[in-house]
Amino acid sequence: MQETNYIIEVQNVSKYFGEKIALDNISLKVKKGEFVTILGPSGCGKTTLLRLIAGFQTASEGEIRISGQEITLTPPHLRPVNTVFQKYALFPHLNVFDNIAFGLKLKKLPSSIIEKKVKGALKMVGMTDYEYRDVDSLSGGQQQRVAIARAIVNNPEVLLLDEPLAALDLKMRKDMQMELKELHKSLGVTFVYVTHDQEEALTLSDTIVVMSEGRIQQIGTPIDIYNEPINSFVADFIGESNILNGTMQKDKLVSFAGHEFECVDEGFGENTPIDVVIRPEDIYIFDPSDAAQLRGTVTSCIFKGVHYEMLVQTEEGYELMVQDYNCFETGREVGLLVKPFDIHVMKKERTCNTFEGHLVDENHVEFLGQEFECLPVKDIEAGATVKVEVDFDRVILQDNEEDGMLTGDVNFILYKGDHYHLTVHSDWDEDVFVDTNDVWDDGDRVGITIAPEDIRVIGC
Amino acid sequence: MLNKLSQFFMRRRNWSIPYAIFLLVFVVVPLVLIVAYAFTDEEGAFTLGNFRKFMMHPEAINTFIYSIGIAMITTIFCLILGYPAAYIMSQKQFNTSKTMVVLFILPMWVNILIRTLATVALFDFLKLPLGEGALVFGMVYNFLPFMIYPIYNTLQKMDQSLIEAAQDLGANPLKVFTKIVLPLSMPGIFSGILMVFMPTVSTFAIAELLTMNNIKLFGTTVQENIYNGMWNYGAALSLIMLLLIAIMSFFSNDEDSVQNESGGVI
Repeated sequence: MQETNYIIEVQNVSKYFGEKIALDNISLKVKKGEFVTILGPSGCGKTTLLRLIAGFQTASEGEIRISGQEITLTPPHLRPVNTVFQKYALFPHLNVFDNIAFGLKLKKLPSSIIEKKVKGALKMVGMTDYEYRDVDSLSGGQQQRVAIARAIVNNPEVLLLDEPLAALDLKMRKDMQMELKELHKSLGVTFVYVTHDQEEALTLSDTIVVMSEGRIQQIGTPIDIYNEPINSFVADFIGESNILNGTMQKDKLVSFAGHEFECVDEGFGENTPIDVVIRPEDIYIFDPSDAAQLRGTVTSCIFKGVHYEMLVQTEEGYELMVQDYNCFETGREVGLLVKPFDIHVMKKERTCNTFEGHLVDENHVEFLGQEFECLPVKDIEAGATVKVEVDFDRVILQDNEEDGMLTGDVNFILYKGDHYHLTVHSDWDEDVFVDTNDVWDDGDRVGITIAPEDIRVIGC
Repeated sequence: MLNKLSQFFMRRRNWSIPYAIFLLVFVVVPLVLIVAYAFTDEEGAFTLGNFRKFMMHPEAINTFIYSIGIAMITTIFCLILGYPAAYIMSQKQFNTSKTMVVLFILPMWVNILIRTLATVALFDFLKLPLGEGALVFGMVYNFLPFMIYPIYNTLQKMDQSLIEAAQDLGANPLKVFTKIVLPLSMPGIFSGILMVFMPTVSTFAIAELLTMNNIKLFGTTVQENIYNGMWNYGAALSLIMLLLIAIMSFFSNDEDSVQNESGGVI
């Protein structure tokens, strides 16, 4: 059977907490022995997914299988998985030895075997001779090692790790990352690792699953995810990037930042709006010359250790981030060049806001839980369900909540070279996408206004 | 002058003076008096006669042992009834609005004597005999909240991820309870035992009311002696009781220090 290649199969799983959708139709397959990282910002549902696999919560819909066995409703103590918790969750009334031996004692193994296994596990995490220490006397890093030992000593088929390094300081985290990777190699067990740290994900994983708002955005190897992000969210979340609006003129020719560029992508059609992603390290920076595709002025230059990070304002008014080993001081005129294969073209998820609503009368349309004035609509009967379109740059945001027709929270900000693309989560629970030149912060409460002439009503 | 006065009141430390005076007059002085009376005879000369009298007096010793027995039975009943109640209250799905907690604590808002008189009336109404059974019932009823609350407190503060960790390591619900929940709620249990045992071992009003003065508890003996002017002997008996309670507290505090999760009231 081919199915047996996969140790974990998550099929069309959704999870609701009351009205809130935590996971929206997730499907994921994990191969035996793989190191899979579920990566996403806080609140994206990554921990919920892990908890469903561990069995602490049950899926509202869908099916989960481990080693081909359906376990969707199996209680956690009967699942062949073990978990390393974010806050370690060591038993405070037991010492290191008894913590690690907890699972083995439940299996009623003879004590000589238990002792051998516990010692082995402690040796693996580099904590020999700590058996009889009180867990509270250990440092954070040591506690985490004990937590890992407690999980691996049971020889689980899958080891689940819920942001295990989040509470450690940077140096310790780097060391532990390497140790985890070693551990994965020597054990050959499947690791499912949840983190919000993209660098950690890139360092550790065989496969990265990028999640956002309860959905899987992209699944791929670290190299794939980094080099070929599927959408602007992934591009922005993984590493530094310049994301710009562009147009695919035809196959292998793209225009953005006021110029045409050769590229390697094809199959987008002609004159299609797209997003362009260029990594800052892929832009060549040099004194102005004929080779330059773009010219501009350096507006900021920061030393980052290995390289310099510079912001360049182009003649056309776009701001690009450039990383280079050479320093170009602020105010210096420079030329920029991008090689065709370093231009990553992504299909736009949407080109304008689309809402479902209904026509109240000729001059009013209701959507986002509000009645909006609109230009007179002919040909559509009042009360009919309609599609409403609003361009990104026609949505007006206001500081003062009361000034807006409805309110929302800014929850994702994307800089697009010459403007910001914001995702505003409205109180109606629908997202409104906004292009603006104003600077907003993540989490800002804003009022949202749309002028009548900017509302396009389309019959269904 | 005024400046000095305001300075005096500004110092945080001075705020504790009223309570310190109260403590001195109503706690320290009486304790000293009890000790002084216990070790002296009616003429005020030092003697161990009061304690000797207790040792030689089988009735007093019997009452003493009987009181401890009643207190233990009450404590055990309170624990058996209180632990499950506290456990249920600490589970979020059963207790979203804390209504249950209020319901369990509510009897404490009523004065203990009124509650006891009501219990007597209830037994009369149901034509049940007053006596030992009524005594234990009355004491359990009165002191149950003192058992529930400290246990509820520790259970409620317990880290949920510890329970998940135990499940994850293969523990079924019973094992989760015996290996994790119970050991970790020990401080609360000890606190509860102490808070029930201490007042029950020394009680006398409840015993008088619920047994029609037929059963004598140690508290009653102390009270009778004091009432009849035998202050020295009464003081000695009080001291013995205090000693017993002190030993109990010492042991349970010792247990507490082993449990680092301190959630108990004491």
